[in-house]
Amino acid sequence: MADNKGVMICGEITEGKLAPITTELLGGGRKLADTLGEELSAVLIGSGIGDLATEAIAFGADKVFVVDDPLLADYRTDSYVAVIEKVVKEVSPNIALMGQTAMGRDLAPRLAFRLDTATSMDCLELSIDPDSKLLLQTRSVYGGNAMGTYVCEGTKPQIAAVRAKAMDPIEKDDSRKGEVVTIDAGLDPSMIRTTVVDKVKEEVEGIKLEDAEVIVCGGRGMGSTEAFQELEALAKLLGAAVGATRPPCDNGWVPAGMQVGLTGKIVSPTLYIAVALSGASQHMAGCSGSKNIIAINKDAEANIFNEARFGVVGDYKKVLPAFTEKVKELLAG
Amino acid sequence: MPNMIVCVKQIADPEAPAGSFRVDESANQVVPAAGVSQVVSPFDEQAVEAALRIKDAHGGKITAISLGKSFVMDVIKKPLSMGSDELILLQDPAFEGADSRSTAYALAMAIKKVGEYDVIFCGRQAADWDAGQVGSGIAEFLGIPSVTVAKKVEFLDGKVKVERVTSDGYEVIEVSTPALITISNELGEPRYPKLKGIMAAAKKEVPTWTAQDIGADASQLGTAGARIKLLKVFQPVKEGKCEIIEGESPEEAAANLALKLREAKLI
Ligand SMILES: Cc1cc2nc3c(=O)[nH]c(=O)nc-3n(C[C@H](O)[C@H](O)[C@H](O)COP(=O)(O)OP(=O)(O)OC[C@H]3O[C@@H](n4cnc5c(N)ncnc54)[C@H](O)[C@@H]3O)c2cc1C
Ligand SMILES: Cc1cc2nc3c(=O)[nH]c(=O)nc-3n(C[C@H](O)[C@H](O)[C@H](O)COP(=O)(O)OP(=O)(O)OC[C@H]3O[C@@H](n4cnc5c(N)ncnc54)[C@H](O)[C@@H]3O)c2cc1C
Repeated sequence: MADNKGVMICGEITEGKLAPITTELLGGGRKLADTLGEELSAVLIGSGIGDLATEAIAFGADKVFVVDDPLLADYRTDSYVAVIEKVVKEVSPNIALMGQTAMGRDLAPRLAFRLDTATSMDCLELSIDPDSKLLLQTRSVYGGNAMGTYVCEGTKPQIAAVRAKAMDPIEKDDSRKGEVVTIDAGLDPSMIRTTVVDKVKEEVEGIKLEDAEVIVCGGRGMGSTEAFQELEALAKLLGAAVGATRPPCDNGWVPAGMQVGLTGKIVSPTLYIAVALSGASQHMAGCSGSKNIIAINKDAEANIFNEARFGVVGDYKKVLPAFTEKVKELLAG
Repeated sequence: MPNMIVCVKQIADPEAPAGSFRVDESANQVVPAAGVSQVVSPFDEQAVEAALRIKDAHGGKITAISLGKSFVMDVIKKPLSMGSDELILLQDPAFEGADSRSTAYALAMAIKKVGEYDVIFCGRQAADWDAGQVGSGIAEFLGIPSVTVAKKVEFLDGKVKVERVTSDGYEVIEVSTPALITISNELGEPRYPKLKGIMAAAKKEVPTWTAQDIGADASQLGTAGARIKLLKVFQPVKEGKCEIIEGESPEEAAANLALKLREAKLI
C-alpha cells in the first residue's frame, strides 16, 4: 500500500448537525494535509445527512464521502466498521482520524485490526515527522501521568483517535469549494449482530459541561448529594456548569454524566473551581485544558495545588459559603 | 449455563499518588516506583464482577486469563478469590514487546484453546497504557461481535443485553452470543473476596501456558506481531505556581479568593 494518499477524517453527526469533534478533526486534519501536500477528505455516515457535506467543506474538507443509508441511523459497530472499511479500501488514505468519543473509541481499534494496521487512542497531538513523513501520534498514557509518542511504520492507513478539544477547528468559510462523492453503503443487514433497543438520555440540566466557560467541580470530599446542592448555588451565580470527580458519580451523589476526566467529559473552561478533590491525574486529564484552575482543599499537600493558579487551604464547609456570599456581593455591586 | 471468560491484566496501582510516578526518558520506560503495589487493573475487576453477577443469576463457569511477565500470585489470583472458577496465566518471552494487537492475538488464541465461550469480558481499558483496544482486537480475531464500555450486562437465552455508556446517557443493545463486552466503572463496585474464596484461591493450581501451548504463530506475537512502535515516553512539565490565598479565618480567606478572582477579571 505504498500509494496511500490523503488525510481522511471520520465525522460524527449529532442531532442533524456536525458534532464539535468533526470540525476539530477537520481543523487538525487540514494542518496535516497541508504539511504533507495531500488532500483532506471527510467521511460522513448516517441516515438523512442532507447538506452537511457542504458544511464539512466550509470547515476545511477538499472532498466529502457521504454514505447515507437507513441502516446507519444508529452507530453500530458492525455496520460502521464495514462502511469505513469499504471507504478506506476505495480511497486508500494515508492517515485516518476519528474522535475519542463513544463512537471513535469503539470504531478505531476494530477498524485498525480489520485492516491489519494500528491505531493510537486518545491522541493529544499529531504531527508529521519531517524525515519519514510518518504521523507522530502523541497520546496520554498512565492516566495522564505521562505521554507517549507512537508511530505506525509498516502499515497504512495510520489511524488515530483524537481527544475532544485537542485540535482547533478552522474558521468556517462558506465560499470554500470541494467535491461531494456518494458511496453506497452496500450493507447486508444480517451481518449486523447488534440491535439498539433503546437510547436513554440522562442529560444534566442547564449548561453542558463541554460548552461551559465556568465550571464548579466537586470531589469525594463533598461527602453527599446535599453538599452538591451548595455547588449548584454557586454555579447558578456564576452561570457555571457543575462537574464531579469519579467518586461522587460512583457513589450515586450525582449522575454519571457529570464526571470530568480521562473516562468522563473533557472540558476547557476559562475558570474551573475545584472543590474537595485531590487532583488525581485521571481527573486532571479531563480538565487540564482549563485556563484558570482554582482549588479549595483542606490538605495543603493535595496535588490540585500543583495544578491551580489560586487556592485556599481549608474545609470547604467553611470556605464555600463565605466564597459564595462574597461572589454574590461582588456580582451585585 | 453460560461459559464466560474474563481477561485481566496485572498493573502497578493506577491510583498511586501522582508524585510517585517517574519516567526514564532515556530508556523510554516507566520506572516502577518504590512502594507502589501491583493490582488487577480496576476495570478488569469490574469485568470479573460483571461475569459473577451473571453466574449468580444463571450459574455457569468463569475462566480468567492473564498475559504478563512478573505475576504476583496473591494479586493475580484475585479473580479466583472473588469467585471465578479457573485462572490461566500466559507467560512466555515470545509475548514481550507486544502492542495491543499482538496482546489481543495471544489472548484470542488462548481463548480458542479454552474452547467454549458465550461471553468474553474485558475492562474498557487497562489502567496503565489506557489504550482500550485489546477487547475489540480479541473480538476481531475471533470473528465475534463486541459491545464496548458497558455498565450493565444481562444474559438472555442466545443473546446478551448490554447498557452501553454514551456521552449523554446510555444505549440498550442486544447482541447475539458469543460476544465480547468491555466493562466500565459505572457497573458498580466489584465484590470483596470472602475469606473462604481467598483460601480456596491460594490452594488452587494455576496453569501457565506458553506461545506453543496456545498454538500461536510466532510472527503474530510480541514485537513481530506489533503494528505500532513507541518512540518515546515523557512526563509533561508542570509549572505548579499556585498562589495560596490567606486570611485570618477560612471565611476571610474565602472572601479574599473572591476578591482575587474579581481582580483577575475571572468573575
Ligand atoms: C483508569 C482510570 C480512569 C479514571 N477516570 C477518572 C475520571 O475520568 N475522572 C475522575 O475524576 N477520576 C477518574 N479516576 C479516578 C481517579 O484516579 C481518582 O480516584 C479520583 O479522581 C479521585 O477523586 P477525588 O479527588 O474526588 O477524591 P480523593 O482523591 O479522595 O480526594 C478527596 C479530596 O478532598 C479533600 N477533602 C476532603 N474533605 C474535605 C473538606 N471538608 N474540605 C476540603 N477538602 C476536603 C481531601 O483533602 C482530598 O484531597 C480514574 C481512575 C482510573 C484508574
Ligand atoms: C516490557 C513491556 C513494555 C511495554 N511497553 C509498552 C509501551 O510502551 N506502550 C504500549 O502501548 N504497550 C507497551 N507494552 C504492551 C502493553 O503492556 C499492553 O500489553 C498492550 O499495549 C495492550 O494494550 P493495553 O495494555 O493498553 O490494553 P487495553 O487495550 O487498554 O486493555 C483493554 C482490556 O484488555 C484486557 N487486557 C489487556 N492486556 C491484557 C493482558 N496482558 N492480559 C489479560 N488481559 C488483558 C483487559 O481486560 C483490559 O482491560 C509493553 C509490554 C511489555 C511487556
